[in-house]
Amino acid sequence: MSLEIRHLTKVYGNQKALNDISFSVRGGEIVGFLGPNGAGKSTTMKITTGFLQATAGEVVVGGFNVMDQPIQVKRIIGYLPEHNPLYQDMYVHEHLSFVGGIYGLTATGLKQRVGAMIELCGLSREQNKKIEELSKGYRQRVGLAQALIHDPQVLILDEPTTGLDPNQIVEIRKLIKEISLNKTVVFSTHIMQEVQAICDRVIVINKGELVADDKLVNLLQHESKSISVEVEFETIVDVAELRSLTNVKEVISLGGNKFKLVGEGDTDLRPEIFKFSSERKISLLGLKKEDVSLESVFHELTAESLVSGINSQVPSPNAQFPNV
Amino acid sequence: MLHIFKKEFTSFLNSLIAYMVIAVFLTGIGLLMWVFPETSVLDYGFADMDTLFSLGPFVFIFLVPAITMKSFAEEKKLGTLELLFTKPLTDWDIVVGKFLAGFLLVIIALLPTLVYYFSIVSLGSPAGNVDTPGVIGSYVGLSLLGGVFCSIGIFASSITPNQIVAFILAAFFCFILYSGLDSFSSFFGSQALFIKQLGILYHYESISKGLIDSRDLLYFLSVISLTLLLTKIKVSQHN
Repeated sequence: MSLEIRHLTKVYGNQKALNDISFSVRGGEIVGFLGPNGAGKSTTMKITTGFLQATAGEVVVGGFNVMDQPIQVKRIIGYLPEHNPLYQDMYVHEHLSFVGGIYGLTATGLKQRVGAMIELCGLSREQNKKIEELSKGYRQRVGLAQALIHDPQVLILDEPTTGLDPNQIVEIRKLIKEISLNKTVVFSTHIMQEVQAICDRVIVINKGELVADDKLVNLLQHESKSISVEVEFETIVDVAELRSLTNVKEVISLGGNKFKLVGEGDTDLRPEIFKFSSERKISLLGLKKEDVSLESVFHELTAESLVSGINSQVPSPNAQFPNV
Repeated sequence: MLHIFKKEFTSFLNSLIAYMVIAVFLTGIGLLMWVFPETSVLDYGFADMDTLFSLGPFVFIFLVPAITMKSFAEEKKLGTLELLFTKPLTDWDIVVGKFLAGFLLVIIALLPTLVYYFSIVSLGSPAGNVDTPGVIGSYVGLSLLGGVFCSIGIFASSITPNQIVAFILAAFFCFILYSGLDSFSSFFGSQALFIKQLGILYHYESISKGLIDSRDLLYFLSVISLTLLLTKIKVSQHN
């Protein structure tokens, strides 16, 4: 089932949260929705699920327009909101039955479905607990279970893995991958590795504007404008000498005898550096070409809004942006 | 609607609110009716239930807002409104479901007072000398009044995320609508009757006489519908 967003604009007071955003997601696709804080990810999702009204533009899900036929749209969407609101005083199975009931499941069908979701989301041991007694990770699973209870064709997950420990993240990610085989999935996240692990396609928005919408591979190729190399020497090296090497555009000191060399074009700098060190008889302790990661792509697309401090260094693939 | 109704009512039962409301209402009314000498039927000398029907509304002014104060305020605060509003439910389903749950609780609190009627029937001299149609009319009136208070309470709860504010606003609105308008009416000279008729007391007294007039019923039902409509408008503006 497809999802189409056409010229979506949302204005809060005098602040434009979304500015003429358009994209479409085909049935069966898994799309990662990225952007810094306040970029408009959650707003887009809230409009898509019918919680907020758009100022202009329209959202069509499976042929139904959210503004005109909200009930039909809500029936085919499974939604996990950002803060995962749940009724704290309900038991896990009670909550799931409540939500399933709203979707029109009855009696044995409902019971079966609740059982299946509890099984799928690994809640068997917790099913007779009240939601307020659960840890964050288990609550997230309940949130996911309630989004899946009616076997929705379209799944919208707003930061499904925030606040989980690394094991839980891997599990939830696996779960999303499992259940998304024949569903349309849009999910937002701050963790780039997650996008690389799950998504076919990436949509990046920044300050309410669409800045990228492409297949993951294309995006990575497209953005690899320059190659940079991290190098560590055993003894002190003259920065000017490094700068004079062929093809080196910029040298950034990383402290100690560590440097980051940014190359001109797409030539690999490593042979040059190796030659340099052997000529000068300086031991080379480390030499590493930096992969073009989704982080750097994201960084380039949304650079302005990032805090200084991570500008000089591209974080490791596992890192989460501190202020994104 | 049924799902919301069921969920709300279960939450009353699970959170002790239901038992508290019923216990406080029955204890309060019981004391007024049978124990406190100023209002006790036993000292009054007439076999009627006036105490229940004249003081009941004032107890409701405090109890009903306590029942309804969390209905929307809490969901707003906890963010669970987002859960409800992204499910295939209409705004009416949610508003009416919540209203009916509160209303049912009020009716349930009222039911045990039927025992008072049978006590008074047997206490009358001669036994059975009670204005039964008046009592029936009064029960209908008190139930509808409970309904009006519920709808006001839910409305108050929808305009603020703070439960205490919701409670105070609801109690105030109930008071104004119940006896405030009636007391105000004397300021208005020729318009006095009209203002009086806007208040609940005028219709409540009329229905309590045992004559269940369709105009009075229409009044109660319109106030409930109008308040629920306002609530619906308010909650659909959550964006």
